[in-house]
Amino acid sequence: MLRDQDRIFTNLYGLHDWGLKGAQARGDWDGTKAILERGRDAIVEEVKNSGLRGRGGAGFSTGMKWSFMPKTEGARPHYLVVNADEGEPGTCKDREIMRFDPHKLVEGCLIAGFAVGAHAGYIYIRGEFYREAEHLQAAIDQAYAAGLIGANACGSGWAFDLYVHRGMGAYICGEESALIESLEGKKGQPRLKPPFPAGVGLYGCPTTVNNVESIAVVPTIMRRGASWFAGFGRPKNSGTKLFCISGHVNKPCNVEEEMSIPLKELIEKHAGGVRGGWNNLLGVIPGGCSVPVLPKETCDDVLMDFDALRDVRSGLGTAAVIVMDKSTDIVRAITRLSRFYKHESCGQCTPCREGTGWMWRLMERIDAGNARIDEIDLLEQVTRQVEGHTICALADAAAWPIQGLIRHFRPLMEAKIQARSQSAA
Amino acid sequence: MPKLTIDGREIEVEAGTTILQAAEHLGIEIPRFCYHERLAIAGNCRMCLVEVEKMPKPVASCAMPVGEGMVVHTNNANVRKARQGVMEFLLINHPLDCPICDQGGECDLQDQAMTYGGDRGRYQEEKRSVEDKDYGPLIQTWMTRCIHCTRCIRFITEVAGTPVLGGLGRSEHMEVGRYVGSAVSSELSGNLIDLCPVGALTNKPAAYTYRAWELKKTESVDVMDALGSAIRVDARGNEVIRVLPRVNDDINEEWISDRSRFACDGLKRQRLDRCFVRKEGRLVPASWGEAFAAIADNVKGMAGTKIAAIAGDQADCETLFAVKELMAALGSPNLDCRQDGTRLDASVRASYLFNSTIAGIEDADALLIVGSNPRIEAPVLNARLRKRWLKGGFKAAVIGPKADLHFKHEWLGDNASVLADLAAGKHPFLEVLKGADRPAIIVGQGALAREDGAVLLGLARQVAEAAGCVKTGWNGFNVLHTAAARVGGLDLGFVPQAGGRDVAGILAGAQSGEIAAVFLVGADEIDMKGLGNAFVVYLGSHGDAGAHRADVVLPGAAYTEKNATYVNTEGRVQRTRLAAFPPGEAKEDWRVIRALSDALGKPLAFDTPKQLRERMAGAHPVFAAEGVVKPAAWGTFGASGNVAAAPLASTIDNFYQTDPISRASKTMAECTAAFGAGCGCNGKKTGTHG
Repeated sequence: MLRDQDRIFTNLYGLHDWGLKGAQARGDWDGTKAILERGRDAIVEEVKNSGLRGRGGAGFSTGMKWSFMPKTEGARPHYLVVNADEGEPGTCKDREIMRFDPHKLVEGCLIAGFAVGAHAGYIYIRGEFYREAEHLQAAIDQAYAAGLIGANACGSGWAFDLYVHRGMGAYICGEESALIESLEGKKGQPRLKPPFPAGVGLYGCPTTVNNVESIAVVPTIMRRGASWFAGFGRPKNSGTKLFCISGHVNKPCNVEEEMSIPLKELIEKHAGGVRGGWNNLLGVIPGGCSVPVLPKETCDDVLMDFDALRDVRSGLGTAAVIVMDKSTDIVRAITRLSRFYKHESCGQCTPCREGTGWMWRLMERIDAGNARIDEIDLLEQVTRQVEGHTICALADAAAWPIQGLIRHFRPLMEAKIQARSQSAA
Repeated sequence: MPKLTIDGREIEVEAGTTILQAAEHLGIEIPRFCYHERLAIAGNCRMCLVEVEKMPKPVASCAMPVGEGMVVHTNNANVRKARQGVMEFLLINHPLDCPICDQGGECDLQDQAMTYGGDRGRYQEEKRSVEDKDYGPLIQTWMTRCIHCTRCIRFITEVAGTPVLGGLGRSEHMEVGRYVGSAVSSELSGNLIDLCPVGALTNKPAAYTYRAWELKKTESVDVMDALGSAIRVDARGNEVIRVLPRVNDDINEEWISDRSRFACDGLKRQRLDRCFVRKEGRLVPASWGEAFAAIADNVKGMAGTKIAAIAGDQADCETLFAVKELMAALGSPNLDCRQDGTRLDASVRASYLFNSTIAGIEDADALLIVGSNPRIEAPVLNARLRKRWLKGGFKAAVIGPKADLHFKHEWLGDNASVLADLAAGKHPFLEVLKGADRPAIIVGQGALAREDGAVLLGLARQVAEAAGCVKTGWNGFNVLHTAAARVGGLDLGFVPQAGGRDVAGILAGAQSGEIAAVFLVGADEIDMKGLGNAFVVYLGSHGDAGAHRADVVLPGAAYTEKNATYVNTEGRVQRTRLAAFPPGEAKEDWRVIRALSDALGKPLAFDTPKQLRERMAGAHPVFAAEGVVKPAAWGTFGASGNVAAAPLASTIDNFYQTDPISRASKTMAECTAAFGAGCGCNGKKTGTHG
């Protein structure tokens, strides 16, 4: 279990002052100037060595991403964009950071902005996070007033401006290139890659897009050193991580824990265990609703990190652990997720636009038992036709939960169909 | 240059080429819907997915740049499966109304479904239906058929510069539409119909009147403006159903303006299909013999100086040449092809040509437009200017009507004195032109068709010379014409001969009685009252202003009904092709003149088109070579004098109706009613318009 002195988010539960004074008391903004004075390359190198992988879901090395930015600023300015459009169902970690520890994010923006050569940063915050946006803006104002950001941030000579932009509530705007489009004032639709944002991003300029948590942990990494951060978790899955545990547990919570913690330990230690005991567990969606569900047998010993979950054909995603006990109608639950993706598809690519609606309708019929057994195979084929054939990963996210359901819970689907045909007979 | 392997064949292409383009070099066809080579890449239809080794997912070949050592498979089992999947998705919500769809037979979705689709549908849920939109009198919408390729959005935003379309809503409820519910008002809107790969946007005026496979397709040239865009005339039997653009990168790429496309219904209305002779104040039908006799009665033996000829804006070169020969035989020096009175000088060819060429204007880096609104005078050229501007490094300024040209420009005012300032070196924009590598000037008819037109032409020449518009390998002095016949007429010297009268002089002479007989060769845009009591012969295709005034009407052929020569504003000699026969007794115009010359006792020296063209090319060598632009020699032209105070305006006051054909067109009248005088056109509707 993570020791208290190793926690990065020491005000995760909002027990202390979230403002500048409180943040400084917790160690934020301490020696920021000295960090910047170490230079751009040193910061990027440090973050690379820490093994920090993006906390938004894809798990790409943050330091590596920064190193893709042009080394020197050309005719086009560089931008830092922070993805605070936390919309993944089950996920509520960035919200807590912005609500209770906004200065971690602001300071992280300065360091990250400096590391990628950006003089301006935009925080694209989910529109529904109204209070969080207020806190964040207040923290930015406090930082400006204290000279921590602005024309001469922390006295380092680096000019850095930070802006908060409130989104309008589209899930797809959490995809980095759709977020950039939205930030530019256009319809939120993912862009084709290549070119990647590091080459052509916001307003056509080199841009780095990072998740809130990825940015907010950077100041602490810089202060305590890459090796400290890398000391947690298994190799290539290092660091601490915010887990959001929800569903059928006794005490749903957000908690910062070491990576690679066993799922069972995470649930039992921090969430008070599964409702009705571990044996009452049906399955767990380990990383937000986009990843396939895991059956109990897998949950017994799986580790919570990127590689371990990939090996069991699921994913860490945003580390939003959705626990379902045996009272759950899991077919109904996944049907609801299908409806979500059908609603949130941007409508750009053919397979996703047409496929999400088809999958949802099939799911609805299967859930109602109003289908043939072989239509489960059809559904499986449709998910394969959708998966990997689109510009962004939303189609994959729509396909995976259904694939996980069929993989692990097909008997439950067939039971529904048989029950209806029997009652009709 | 990266080398890659596509389906086992190696190819080396330029860096930045996409896989799809590289495959095209090898003759490998990759199906696509959203990709269009003249539009930005959207990559959203996913039909062009291919497999690239070492890449985890299939990639959209339209968007993926080639890389060194790539190994691409465009037709293996995985790719076929991916395509079949995409095809299935496209079809699940597409209505199966091909039998009643106007796109049937030329539908990309239909064709590709045949090749790449499965043999049955597995979709058993409800299909989506979408409410149709009102895009105005030109475009019929069937939005349920839309496959969301966004070509229309990209065209109207990028090429036309009127970003009125967009995707509304998301997921399967996404619709393409206008942000506000009104018609698509662009002079190039008809191109959306061609771009639409399915039957979502179809030709409204021609709806339900044809099936694609019934049409006889004739490649021809447009004469509705002076660009000479390449067109294809589709006719069924003897009826022209529609006009489509052809690809010609030198002129129109693959766009045409709405007037060029939709005015074709004017070919069926108000047509002159027999001769008429005025008797007791009324035009009564007559035979060719009676009509010629009536002309001979009046004209035979008349002094040449009392006879005149005025040519209209769509007269072909063969006819102009024949009329000129006839007038010479009759001893008349009074002929003019500039019915709007432009002060163009036929003696220096470079003074009336679009010298940079239309494609060449894309090389210009600074541009001055004088007395023109290219958006309504030549929308396709305007799209080209916009394309140039989008590339960056292009400074433009306008002296003339203030208009939204869809490319950024500085408006220097509409006072012609600004041009005089420029010529005198007193205006800062001259420095911009001087500083440019390839400066250009476009002089419109608005600057030339006025009393001081020759002075303005001279000033424009001075500016061009001072700014370095004319140098080795570059001539940026451009005259933009609005009449398809004008350059041909000037090339043929269809202007007053020694001691002859121009249009104004002819009209004045007709008023005073010094001119007793006038031949109008499709000339309808002059003041008919000015013809006084003169004996007027009208040769043309439509019962427009000229025919109403005429004493003898001779029916001619419209541009789709003859093999005729036109010279576009660049000086490019092109030929129209016969797509339908002239109606009734109407004949090709030059044949009428040839027959008339017999009746007048002055037989012309040619009997066949070949003889005529040989004689024409002999007298005017530019006509010897078809389809090319030969650089014209620079010279001194224009006059000096004072500049009038009147503001510079465009000569076109209604984009949709400029000539006898478009004035007879019901579609164009509907457009005038729907859009006013044309988008970006500040003219008002007048009583004669529709």
